[in-house]
Amino acid sequence: MRGSPKVRNRVVRMAAVAGFMAALVAVAAGCGGSSKPSESTGATTSSVSGNVTFDGIWTSSTGQKQFQQVIDGFNKQYPNVHVQYKPVGNSLPTVLSTAVAGGHPPDMADIAQPGTIQQFVTQGKLKPITYASSVIDQNFAPAWEHLGVFNGKLYALPFKAANKSLVWYNVPAFKAAGVKSPTTFDQLLSDAKTIKASGTPAYSIGGAEGWTLTDMFENIYLRTFGTAKYQALSEHKIKWTDPSVATALTSMGKILGDTSNVAGGTSGALQYSFNQSVTNAFATPPKAAMVFEADFVGGVIASSTKAKPSTGFNTFVWPQITPGADASAVEVAADMMVAFHDTPAIEAFVKYLATPEAAAIWAKSGGFGTGNHNMSAGVYPDPITKATEAPLLTAKAVVFDMSDNQPPAFGSTAGQGEWGLFQKFLQNPKDVAGIQQQLESAATSAYKK
Amino acid sequence: MVAVFLGPALLMLCVWMVYPAVYTIVRSFFGQTGFLGSWVGIDNYKTLFTDSTLKTAIKNNAIWVAVVPAFVSAIGLIFAVLMERVRWSVAFKTAVFLPMAISAFATGVTWRILYDQDPNLGAINALGRVAHDAVSSPGVLSTASPSTPSLQPYHGGLLLKTPLHPGGVALLGLTGIAPQDMPSGAKQAVQPAPKPRDVGGVVWRDFKPGGGRPGVVEQGEDGIPGVTVELRDSSGKVVQTAKTDSSGTFDFTDVPAGTYNAGVGASTFAKPFGGYSWLGPSLITPSLLIAYIWIWAGFSMVVIAAGLSAMPRDVLEAARTDGAGEWQVFRRVTVPLLAPVLSVVFITMVINVLKVFDIVYALAPESSQSAANLLAFAMYTKAFQGGGNFGVGSAIAVFIFLLVIPVLALNVRRFKRDV
Repeated sequence: MRGSPKVRNRVVRMAAVAGFMAALVAVAAGCGGSSKPSESTGATTSSVSGNVTFDGIWTSSTGQKQFQQVIDGFNKQYPNVHVQYKPVGNSLPTVLSTAVAGGHPPDMADIAQPGTIQQFVTQGKLKPITYASSVIDQNFAPAWEHLGVFNGKLYALPFKAANKSLVWYNVPAFKAAGVKSPTTFDQLLSDAKTIKASGTPAYSIGGAEGWTLTDMFENIYLRTFGTAKYQALSEHKIKWTDPSVATALTSMGKILGDTSNVAGGTSGALQYSFNQSVTNAFATPPKAAMVFEADFVGGVIASSTKAKPSTGFNTFVWPQITPGADASAVEVAADMMVAFHDTPAIEAFVKYLATPEAAAIWAKSGGFGTGNHNMSAGVYPDPITKATEAPLLTAKAVVFDMSDNQPPAFGSTAGQGEWGLFQKFLQNPKDVAGIQQQLESAATSAYKK
Repeated sequence: MVAVFLGPALLMLCVWMVYPAVYTIVRSFFGQTGFLGSWVGIDNYKTLFTDSTLKTAIKNNAIWVAVVPAFVSAIGLIFAVLMERVRWSVAFKTAVFLPMAISAFATGVTWRILYDQDPNLGAINALGRVAHDAVSSPGVLSTASPSTPSLQPYHGGLLLKTPLHPGGVALLGLTGIAPQDMPSGAKQAVQPAPKPRDVGGVVWRDFKPGGGRPGVVEQGEDGIPGVTVELRDSSGKVVQTAKTDSSGTFDFTDVPAGTYNAGVGASTFAKPFGGYSWLGPSLITPSLLIAYIWIWAGFSMVVIAAGLSAMPRDVLEAARTDGAGEWQVFRRVTVPLLAPVLSVVFITMVINVLKVFDIVYALAPESSQSAANLLAFAMYTKAFQGGGNFGVGSAIAVFIFLLVIPVLALNVRRFKRDV
């Protein structure tokens, strides 16, 4: 089905339409250029000046260079604004909460956990970015814009996003087993049995890091019950003791509990980090056939295995479980741009980051997803990146990684709360009711604070 | 004049010691959001004894305090006394002391690799594999499983439940064998034609891309050569064995009339040594203790050796002259004379252990961290991760401080006495 002439024609036609629309938008922007100089392309605005300090998660190995290129692009339009980027790395939430507690936060930061943003918003530490809402309206679908709304106001811009509703597979292992990428969960399970019979465990699980497990649960929950219930559960409006959670955990148990079909068995899965779970699946000979994780798996495959795109590795969208339950919904993680202060220089930079030009600068070098639908998917450097990131451009429904959306004590602390409890579930996938109780009590105490 | 000399030191002390300490104590009575309107009284301290991860931390800290100082002092003492009698003692001392020179983080990473469950990576499990394989070597088809329900587990091997008579054919299909694990020389599987006086059959990889039909020998499925097949009579006794050829077929000749079962013995399926899960939640604390003792044994040895060299030799000589054996000299003279030094080591270790953080962070995988939790580590996770609850973090810090105080007081009193 994929790549059949009919479909390809449609894609080409859609691309043509999109191109035409983009041209229209450009013309419109050109007409309105006098009223909104900062949003038109190419014009320099030297009247805005000042410094912007930015604490970011991207270090030299994870995109500092690319973000600097985005800043350089910004400086072409605003030569007098000086953006000082500080690569903090993964300890960013710690650094930020310390800086905020000490009263000297940076001007801007990128935060990947909406729970942390919510916390800063509640504490009144963040400034709304409503000045950028018209630019965001133009470039992002409402579902995306909504991700940045906290307490009814726009506080954050989802600048860089990751598609988390993906499964990566070892192409030779699938070939040896004679299976193709599944589109339904039942098919996934029966394919997994076939893969096991072919002599390769089907699943590679990086359970040493709890987030890989919560991501799997979240995709299962989303694919079973759709976005509305997903949202309710992530806001704790549905309890973790709800029957829907039991259903999703039972489905997840069909994967985790098939221990002879998991690379390294249960104890191996508990000790493989995310990176090891990827290298296990794409080693030769493979130790497993597939990994359930986000678009950034592609980067790990490229940097630490010899597998080549299409012939060695490929990807498919998380298969549907309940037919019709928001089939096109995508679970995403997003680096959200937030501002702790409010100056013309900061406003200019936030607005710039919402433009398709800013997105295209990074997208060109890969490892970058965005919901900025005015950016053409054509800028992605290779077919696999295009396949993983294009769904973000067209997604009608977007949900945040649930565990990022919860209070960090519950949703994103190593070895504790949800992460720790899903590791417990991995050890004993039969105890659905027990784990539900523990999740609920951990959630209750985290939401109370 | 006094002020001029003491001033800078006092200022430093206030800025770096007194202010943070007071701040931490005050902060521990406030909630997550800070000072504004979040006075929570002793709630944070209640959390300390109700939160399950913190209860684990307290329990683990108790284990550490019970184990580490005693072991470190004892091992240090043994090393120190033995080193006195060894040539090249400087070289030995250096080797034992060396772990102290490595950062605890590096030690953690090193031991994490040593402890790895995969015997191909972890040195400790590699040793285990050598020992295990010497006793029982892994079978050629350790990953294989039967393709049809009629082939059932039997004493570690497999047995075809379908009864066989002379003239019968046994189909022993196996799956779960990766193509690269197939014995070399395997050819297309062949289902042998029945012979009136024989029991024949085939052992084959009952899989082709897409799965194939289980239990049916199909084009594209290879026989498994070199497998020993056993023929058992109705009492379960092995009456004949046969080896499969390159197309997987085997033949038991001249089988007397009766009912038989064919199967594959346990040795074919013997699993290789999979390694112990040293870093798993159940073994993580002992693993951490071993690594930590390894680091600190050198320290205790050096301190005790210094004490030994300062000890008056004439007392030892006098004891020996009076007819005391070496063990008696050690028990009744050396150890009592070393008591002050030993107690310094012991107390230092108690204080150290209450503050352990880095090795847990570096050595325990995330999935084991809650099982390995210690107070100082919990302080870090509560305060700086998990949403930055500085209230609970401060309460833990104060609690650690309270635990350390009596030990410190003891130490200070000893200093005074020594002076």
